[in-house]
Amino acid sequence: MQQIFHLIEKEINLEWKQKYAFNGLLLYVGATVFICYLSFREILEVPVWNALFWIIQLFAGVNAIAKSFLQESRGRMLYYYILADPKAIILSKIIYNFLLMLLLSVFNFLFYSLLIGNPVSNTPLFLFTLLLGSMGLSSVLTMVSAIASKAGHSAALMPILSFPVLLPLLMTTIKLSKNAIDGLDWAANQQLVIILLALNIMVIALGYLLFPYIWKE
Amino acid sequence: MLWDIYSFLIFGRNNKKRFRNFELNKKLMKENILQIAWWKWLCVILLFYTYIAGFLIPVPRLPILHESIRNLFFHVTIWFSMIIMMGASLIYGIRYLNSNNIDLDIKAEQCTYTGIFLGIIGILTGSVWAKNTWGAWWVNDAKLNGAAATMLVYLAYIVLRGSVDDEIKRARLSSVYGIFAFTMMLVFIMVLPRLTVSLHPGNGGNPGFGAYDLDKTMRTVFYPAVIGQTLLATWITEILVRIKRLKQHD
Repeated sequence: MQQIFHLIEKEINLEWKQKYAFNGLLLYVGATVFICYLSFREILEVPVWNALFWIIQLFAGVNAIAKSFLQESRGRMLYYYILADPKAIILSKIIYNFLLMLLLSVFNFLFYSLLIGNPVSNTPLFLFTLLLGSMGLSSVLTMVSAIASKAGHSAALMPILSFPVLLPLLMTTIKLSKNAIDGLDWAANQQLVIILLALNIMVIALGYLLFPYIWKE
Repeated sequence: MLWDIYSFLIFGRNNKKRFRNFELNKKLMKENILQIAWWKWLCVILLFYTYIAGFLIPVPRLPILHESIRNLFFHVTIWFSMIIMMGASLIYGIRYLNSNNIDLDIKAEQCTYTGIFLGIIGILTGSVWAKNTWGAWWVNDAKLNGAAATMLVYLAYIVLRGSVDDEIKRARLSSVYGIFAFTMMLVFIMVLPRLTVSLHPGNGGNPGFGAYDLDKTMRTVFYPAVIGQTLLATWITEILVRIKRLKQHD
């Protein structure tokens, strides 16, 4: 537990020291939203708004998290290997990436609704969906990024490996966020929320169990 | 004499040069074509039974489906055997991670190849059926999307395998990815379609193979067909594994 906190602290320090990476991500999201704004102006149709939002979110996530294992040099990985428990490493990475995704998604939501319009009727539920979606995206992508970084051709492998695995998560998230936009109340969405939570827990548990096998080389 | 004809048919003209070794000849003679394992015989018999009975037995006349309900014996059983193959691949993956025995990784890989092959056949047979029953080659249906996503996952699995050169690293990474992907796929094909309405027979009020529609005569063909297809898939996988082992020893 102590280890996890220290590792997260280290991640945040690292990010703070090289701010250009985080700023670059914000710029990435901003530029993508701006391109969508220029090509669509305003989106009135709810399904299109929703799908586009989550696609931006997906690509931002892949870009943000792909580097989480890639940026570590071989020597530093060896250093962690000696120092820390692999389970603490994967959990700390997932938690850190989750925080990063959460920030990105809030930024994305603000900027997106500013430029393209905001049809969301049930905002708390939508924010809750953002939370769950970021959690799912970050945990799957962290795990896949670990696999891809060990495999070598990380940049090319990342989307190929992650998109099919993300499908069930993304479909459920999109459905839930569509309900939030349409203004359905919580009771109607109980089932979807439970499925999404269960999926998240499952992914994190799988990562927790399987990561030690990829970590040792 | 008989052995000469037989060896000529199997090994071609050069067999005498190639198999001068008497011991080897004796061993090959023992492996007569009729002496294959019992489950291979069972597979042949069950598949013959499936393809003959599947077309001949009376089936219930249901609206929309009519005679095309017979696809249950061929298309659905192929999907069953695909899922079983993928499950076998998952089990071999887990066993590999526990034991680090590279042979298990070969088995996992070849099970996946057979599974992909069956999946492609499943999509093709389903597509032909859909064209004649629903009027389109591809429709936006939860089960079809699940099938397509499964194919994507396993193609990604093959790409991952191809991108790593080191044998042990490849085995470990692909086992982990296989376990990860298979669990997500199970959710995608087993859980999510139950939340939405599917066009498939037996779902969303469509007539089909539900509890009371699937009558006794159809069951007598369906279950043997599933077993037969799975045995055939196992047979294919066994041959693939043996080829792969020989290649590795070269």
